[in-house]
Amino acid sequence: MITFSDKQLKVPKMSKPVYMVTGGCSKFDRSMPDKRTEEICIDAFTEASQFLGMKPRELKDYIHTCYYGHFADHFGDQLLGEAVIHDRLGLDPLGNIGVKTGGATGGSTIWEAYKTVASGYSDCTLAMGWERMDEVPTDEGNHLISCAADKDWETPLGHIYTGYYAVMAQKYWQVYGKEEASFRRTMAEIAVKNHNYALMNPHAHGGMRITVEDVLNSPIVAYPLRALDACLMSVGAACAILCDEKTAYKLTDTPLKIDVTAGSHTLRVACRRDMEIPLLPNETKETYREIDKRFPGGERYPGFTGFLAARMAAYYAYNMTGIHDPTEDLDLVELHDAFTISDIQTYEDIGIRPYGEGRTYVESGDCYHTNPKTGEPGKLPANLSGGLLGNMHAVGATGIMQVVEVGQHLWNRWGEMHGDEEKWKRFGREKPKDWKNLQVKGAKRGLAISHAGVGSHVTCTILQHPDHVLERRCD
Amino acid sequence: MSIEEKNRGKVRVVNNRYKFEGNFHYASANSPMINENGKLVGVTNPRDMTYVHTYGGEAVFFESLSQGKLVASRCDNDDCRSKGSIFMPFRIHCPDCLARATQVDITDIAKKTGKIYSFMICERSGAFNTLLKPIKFINIEFEGVVTILMGYLSVGTPVMGMRVVPIFNTKKPTYTILDLSWVPEGTKKKDLPKNFTFG
Repeated sequence: MITFSDKQLKVPKMSKPVYMVTGGCSKFDRSMPDKRTEEICIDAFTEASQFLGMKPRELKDYIHTCYYGHFADHFGDQLLGEAVIHDRLGLDPLGNIGVKTGGATGGSTIWEAYKTVASGYSDCTLAMGWERMDEVPTDEGNHLISCAADKDWETPLGHIYTGYYAVMAQKYWQVYGKEEASFRRTMAEIAVKNHNYALMNPHAHGGMRITVEDVLNSPIVAYPLRALDACLMSVGAACAILCDEKTAYKLTDTPLKIDVTAGSHTLRVACRRDMEIPLLPNETKETYREIDKRFPGGERYPGFTGFLAARMAAYYAYNMTGIHDPTEDLDLVELHDAFTISDIQTYEDIGIRPYGEGRTYVESGDCYHTNPKTGEPGKLPANLSGGLLGNMHAVGATGIMQVVEVGQHLWNRWGEMHGDEEKWKRFGREKPKDWKNLQVKGAKRGLAISHAGVGSHVTCTILQHPDHVLERRCD
Repeated sequence: MSIEEKNRGKVRVVNNRYKFEGNFHYASANSPMINENGKLVGVTNPRDMTYVHTYGGEAVFFESLSQGKLVASRCDNDDCRSKGSIFMPFRIHCPDCLARATQVDITDIAKKTGKIYSFMICERSGAFNTLLKPIKFINIEFEGVVTILMGYLSVGTPVMGMRVVPIFNTKKPTYTILDLSWVPEGTKKKDLPKNFTFG
């Protein structure tokens, strides 16, 4: 049984508030033979500067320290790729460092940039992330990704990360999903929703008009997961600029208050030990009374049904920012939908629904921009960017893209950033005739979850409009 | 066996130093990548090299597989809140107190109590895979063990709760985790994969 000390459960308190003032994304695609990595990074940075009405040179003058998220050096056969990008961005001789936490690399990069401002070391930091997985054939790419598992105990088993991950999906499917056809359809609904939202996003490369039946008929990858249940593999870059209050208000009238937390759990799923469920502010012990009777097989926590790292990141983040109930206190979320089933698991880890009841977030229509059952706005729209299923998963950039997307809603500029005809043209994509502005009206607060593989690292980022900042819960 | 294969690098360890013998890399010419308009886009970079990797304090686990034994580790530190916990995967140190853990042979426990906690049948694999597809990944619970070992099932179809027993590549060991596999309880010796025994 794992237990935690009070010191380990201490809710973080930063020395000064931190704000996000802008962010930008490149085009995302499965491959980009026409561009070097530095070109896509410069595209993202240029978008971030233009968002503030500035030239890249003017924005660069504010930056004091740089954090670069790039997970897979071995894909590009370039160690210290961060130093290459730093040089090409013309940011020498500023201090910089690379960040690598698997699929959570983007979120972790923002986490580092955030702490640097909060500590007073820098007034303005750059968090830039990218990935390119297009420079090896797919089976070698699978091998390279499997090297992120334990090289002695897991990688030799098929050299396929899906296998190490999917035993958790199977457990969830049987214990909480009860292998019900209706649950399988709910999983498919997530894929339909996110691929459909991606159609409205010029950056996205996975926009598709598909149905639940299309998902259910797509090829099996690892039962019950099918090809359309799985995220994209992408090339692209994203960046965000974080500042202290004084600098933030020099750059914009509406800087977004940002807080970032992190959790972790064993790299080898096999090493998970039993523990009590750590409770979030909207839960009590009663919430989980006799959960093993309601869901036979779910005796262990987290077992293979939950992601402890996500729960811990949410625990720190909610208590730090004053969020009691995410569905009530937040206006939208961007989650790490690497697979449809892991998306459902995350709803529970972060308290949108209690453990075992994640499916109801989809089935109620709450996760949609417009609830298909009522025609009213969804209570807590999820992954309006298209997520990892429909928009992109350029690993080092993903967690940053999510935060930028949430930010654009809070700035009430989502429509401008996604509807721009010139951008669609520049990316070589046709804007759909039925393009719809997915701006969440009146959005004040949002959340982004960045998640690594089997849940080894997870970050939770909370963005709040400066006029709607909640009171911290704990001191 | 080609001349290249014959000369492929091997390593001996003498006085705790690596002694390299043979070729550890083979050079090949690169080639240009040209687009449909005949313009240069980039180049390929062929690479054939061999890594060297130590198991350190885990070597005993991998060596034991070749002898038909499953060795776990247990914390015996009186000051540790995890005292008595048995870990499989094997750990050199207790994850709580970081004391050197005690090696314990759990082959019999595994044979008598191994049960599938979860599984996944995977139709795909990555480059360098040597397992037959589909790969039947399983995670196995044992009585008295606090963790849930990952492995692969060599016979039959996995089901949650299924009783399984370990089998070992004792005849031609690779000294990797692939030397350990699992079969349903009651599987006959004649049905085991080549080179595997019950230990």
